Amino acid sequence: MMRFLLRRAGHAAFLLFGVSLLAFFFSALAPGNYFDEMRLNPQISAERVTALRAAYQVDRPMAVRYAHWAGALLHGDLGFSFAYNTPVAPLLWARARNTLVLTGTATVLVWALALPLGIWSAERRGKPMDVALSWVTAALLIVPDLALAFGLLLLAVWSAWLPTGGMVSVGFDEFSAVHKVRDVAVHLVLPVTVLVAAALPVLLRHVRSAVAEALEAPFVRAAEGHGISRMRLLYRYALPAAGHPLIALFGFSLGTLLSGSLLVEVVMSWPGLGPFLLEAILARDLYVVIGGVLLSALFLVVGNFVADVLLYWVDPRIRAEAPGR
Amino acid sequence: MSARSRLRTGVILFGLLHVGVVCAGFFAPYDPAAQDREHPYAPPMRPHFVDVNGRVHLRPFFYAQTLRVGSYDEYEENRASIIPVKFFVRGARYHLLGALPLRTHLFGGDLPLYLLGSDAYGRDLFSRVLFGAQVSLLAGLIGASLTLAIGLCIGAAAGFWGGWRDEALMRVAELFMALPWIYLLFAMRAFLPLAVPPLQAFVLVVVVFAAVGWARPARMVRGIVISAKERDFVRAARGFGASGGYLLRRHILPETAGVVLTQVAILGPQFVLAEMTLSFLGLGMPEPVPSWGNMLASLQHYNVLVSYWWMYLPVVIMVPFFLGYLLLASLLQENSGAAKIEVARSGV
Repeated sequence: MMRFLLRRAGHAAFLLFGVSLLAFFFSALAPGNYFDEMRLNPQISAERVTALRAAYQVDRPMAVRYAHWAGALLHGDLGFSFAYNTPVAPLLWARARNTLVLTGTATVLVWALALPLGIWSAERRGKPMDVALSWVTAALLIVPDLALAFGLLLLAVWSAWLPTGGMVSVGFDEFSAVHKVRDVAVHLVLPVTVLVAAALPVLLRHVRSAVAEALEAPFVRAAEGHGISRMRLLYRYALPAAGHPLIALFGFSLGTLLSGSLLVEVVMSWPGLGPFLLEAILARDLYVVIGGVLLSALFLVVGNFVADVLLYWVDPRIRAEAPGR
Repeated sequence: MSARSRLRTGVILFGLLHVGVVCAGFFAPYDPAAQDREHPYAPPMRPHFVDVNGRVHLRPFFYAQTLRVGSYDEYEENRASIIPVKFFVRGARYHLLGALPLRTHLFGGDLPLYLLGSDAYGRDLFSRVLFGAQVSLLAGLIGASLTLAIGLCIGAAAGFWGGWRDEALMRVAELFMALPWIYLLFAMRAFLPLAVPPLQAFVLVVVVFAAVGWARPARMVRGIVISAKERDFVRAARGFGASGGYLLRRHILPETAGVVLTQVAILGPQFVLAEMTLSFLGLGMPEPVPSWGNMLASLQHYNVLVSYWWMYLPVVIMVPFFLGYLLLASLLQENSGAAKIEVARSGV
């Protein structure tokens, strides 16, 4: 067990190291940097720009900068934002928290919907209700997220039932605690709906096909013959047997918590990581971009790691193969 | 639907839509960049067959729209001015298939006709969505092909030679798969020049896709190559003294055809969506060249969404394309079971 875990953790660390190298490599390809535009500004002297460049070390070679940055990273320091003139980590954290509120809610909802619905339709595969559900998922699948987001926004504008953007109302700070929660929840409805509608069809189809496959297996037939109750058959016999692809998918949905909602955040002006990084990219705010990319890569890697550990724990076949793999 | 009828629907839908897009110049009444400053934000026009006097026209007609007095964006139908639809009219120049210069359009009128309305510059949304499809779908198709070409080469090399080469290539592939692709896309796009001419932007977008996406197909191809390598007929050919290149070309790579085709159908629409995302955010195709993404960008302005809902209508044209892709992909997938497992893991 320990050896397997260490192996996977080492692998994850290697991936993160690679991501940081790649992010830096792309930044080296970049023409220009944050201070280049200042040179066009007659109010800023050439000496001042040179001094700033030296202070932020953008005039040093790539390797030196990488070593410097990686060294700081090991102490939990993600670097310094040029545009905000503060350390990157707190900036990113504030935005990442908002994103996590959004994607966390959406992920919980998606799984809460997909598992029972998927099992339900796997049980009556080929029957009218299953076919109807597959039409619904297909319909959701072919509408691009962007179109869906704007469609809902349009409906919200017409009906005036829901707020059409942002995370909080004006005067949020003076609200009582209950009122605050309710306010955020109301603002969550639209973006969460889009995220759920985008993720649900894929997940539902996977749950359905995995459970349907398990239900065909002889051991389920045997259990059925023994008179095991329907609920127990579905949730205790079929679901664990169908677990393998689902756990991998669960790891994936953990992994995309930070990077999966960018478009929705931009469209619904949710103050999350997505719009923030976009703005940083346009401003060439180097360390913010690298920090953001690294943070979301961290989530992906951790998500995969969690999935690996869960699989190891759940699936005896993997335990038998380990510590290889 | 049965597989057969699905195949038929998918192929017919796919074919018709793509003929429409390839011959966009013919089906679109106007040049996508042509502006009509007299008619900004004109609402969509409805074809009529019966006029106000109750007379039935065999040739469909539209009522002209005129600006309401004192307004700059509110129109009223002018029931007195009838625009009969004319077919095969001469209009703006365009190049069919990028080469054949023509002026004939399927339909037109003596006054401007806006089937889906017009945008802020009075550009015809219907023409723009057709020409935009050329850009977006081509980006998807070329992006997917390039991605698969790279994936095929790397996957085949890793699977065929094995050993440390395999190890190294697969580590790099995992690295690319661990990156959040949308940020990788941004990061690569960000560190390249921001303002670029359209053709260059197109090439850039496609190359960025390929650089981001090659890892997954490479892994799938590798798996197939490894298993194909051990098949009896390959061993036999090797025994007869076939060279590595010959074996790959003649015996091993043909085995991957099913997976590669399926991947084109899966990756194609994904890259179309990616192009939409990039252009929507202003990092892809620059104006005035239309693309599905930058056409939706104006909806970000609150007042556009509220006042000019028809700016959303291009979506109605986009959705059938994705339906066609979905039908094709699901059919291809059923025929190659191997691909399913990988797709399940990817979660897309």
